[in-house]
Amino acid sequence: MASEHLSKQYDTDLETLRSGVLQMGGLVEAQIRAAIDAFSSGNQELIDQVIANEPRVNGCEVSIDNDCSHIIVKRQPAASDLRLIMAISKTVTDLERIGDEAEKIARMSRQIHERGHADLHRFATIRHAADIAVSMLRQALDAFARLDTTEAAGIIRQDVAIDTEFRSILRQLITFMMEDPRTISTALEIVWIAKAIERIGDHAKNIAEDVIYIVKGTDVRHTAVDVVEREALG
Amino acid sequence: MNAAVLQPVEQALIQKIRVKDLNFYYGKFQALKSINLDIPERKVTAFIGPSGCGKSTLLRTFNRMYALYPNQEAQGEILLDGENILGPGQDLNRLRAKVGMVFQKPTPFPMSIHDNIAFGVRLYESLPPREMEERVEWALRKAALWDEVKGKLRQSGTSLSGGQQQRLCIARAIAVRPEVLLLDEPASALDPISTGRIEELVHELKADYTIVIVTHNMQQAARVSDYTAYMYLGDLVEFGVTDELFIKPKKKETEDYITGRFG
Repeated sequence: MASEHLSKQYDTDLETLRSGVLQMGGLVEAQIRAAIDAFSSGNQELIDQVIANEPRVNGCEVSIDNDCSHIIVKRQPAASDLRLIMAISKTVTDLERIGDEAEKIARMSRQIHERGHADLHRFATIRHAADIAVSMLRQALDAFARLDTTEAAGIIRQDVAIDTEFRSILRQLITFMMEDPRTISTALEIVWIAKAIERIGDHAKNIAEDVIYIVKGTDVRHTAVDVVEREALG
Repeated sequence: MNAAVLQPVEQALIQKIRVKDLNFYYGKFQALKSINLDIPERKVTAFIGPSGCGKSTLLRTFNRMYALYPNQEAQGEILLDGENILGPGQDLNRLRAKVGMVFQKPTPFPMSIHDNIAFGVRLYESLPPREMEERVEWALRKAALWDEVKGKLRQSGTSLSGGQQQRLCIARAIAVRPEVLLLDEPASALDPISTGRIEELVHELKADYTIVIVTHNMQQAARVSDYTAYMYLGDLVEFGVTDELFIKPKKKETEDYITGRFG
């Protein structure tokens, strides 16, 4: 993918598409960070900001998909160009869903803090899981920007860690709910937040798989982690 | 060039044409360099590549069309059903009846639509009038032209539109019941609708014929062919299943060409 097309405009169009994905990724990453901060602090302004920004994320998805359609119609892309456009269209769907999860975390955080009696310090593990998810997303976007399959393979392995975190949070919350039924409502909302974080990890993993598809031309979805690593590093 | 890489992927296919170590010369200029290639039976194989890469030259060796011109020489073997068509005893008329060809520009003979079809048949077979009528209708139906011309078979072939003329040429080629059909950029002079009809026709004809098509239009190759060969400067660079070649080519040269990075 190093050399240029005969058509400079084609190169420009593809570059615009790629930078659009990275911008959208940056916006989505900021959304998750803000949502998790809002969960910890209960800051209403932050919650409102995350909810207000969500349509911007949706707008990015629609706009980039539209640009993909235009390139397909104008250029009939093949080989690595085709794979890039296919992957971008899927990646923006994943980013949009991460945006939805961020909004969900913000809404749940509002309910938790409005109820007012949750001892959120007991749920520091949520913050830890969220840090892993944000890191996975950032690495997925880096891997996309640099078309780095080694980094992409690393993200896929991290998803296993975030799934483990989720199960651990769930066990913890079940214990709290059994100890003190008054925490059930809040605990259930925190389960939703933990699930949202776990889903963010899944979406980051999907983006990493798309990077491997762009570079190697191999569809590694629904494949065991060690097989993916062999493909990515081979 | 690594010959092992250039073999078709599916082993179960019957290979209609096997090209072995083929070199071709226009005088002293070598236009094809050690080509090794198998053309599967009842499939569409496309040759793509920039102008001068040798794709039309290769196509024209399959019915020895080059033998019409002086100073052109093919060395190596081209096995059609196991028989080397480059061998000295080859009957060219019989070969060209078996391997039909359609050219870039429609070339109807200056005679009626009916006679355009019947002319070629008469060279090879002596059919009673009724059977000849049936053959003409059969060929025109096969070429998806019958419904458009059945009321005007005695009109001149040149009165048809470009797309119809090209289908007439395809009908003429298949009227002698060949086994292989060579199409040298058959739609490059046609509008998109006529092109679409030709492509549809290629798709239907492959049930009965082995088709080899040369095209400058990569999307056309991607649409109509089962196998694609990318050629450059007389070399066969890559040959494989069309879908794989257009999504994940093995060679960087192929990738550069099909993505428009060739310069």
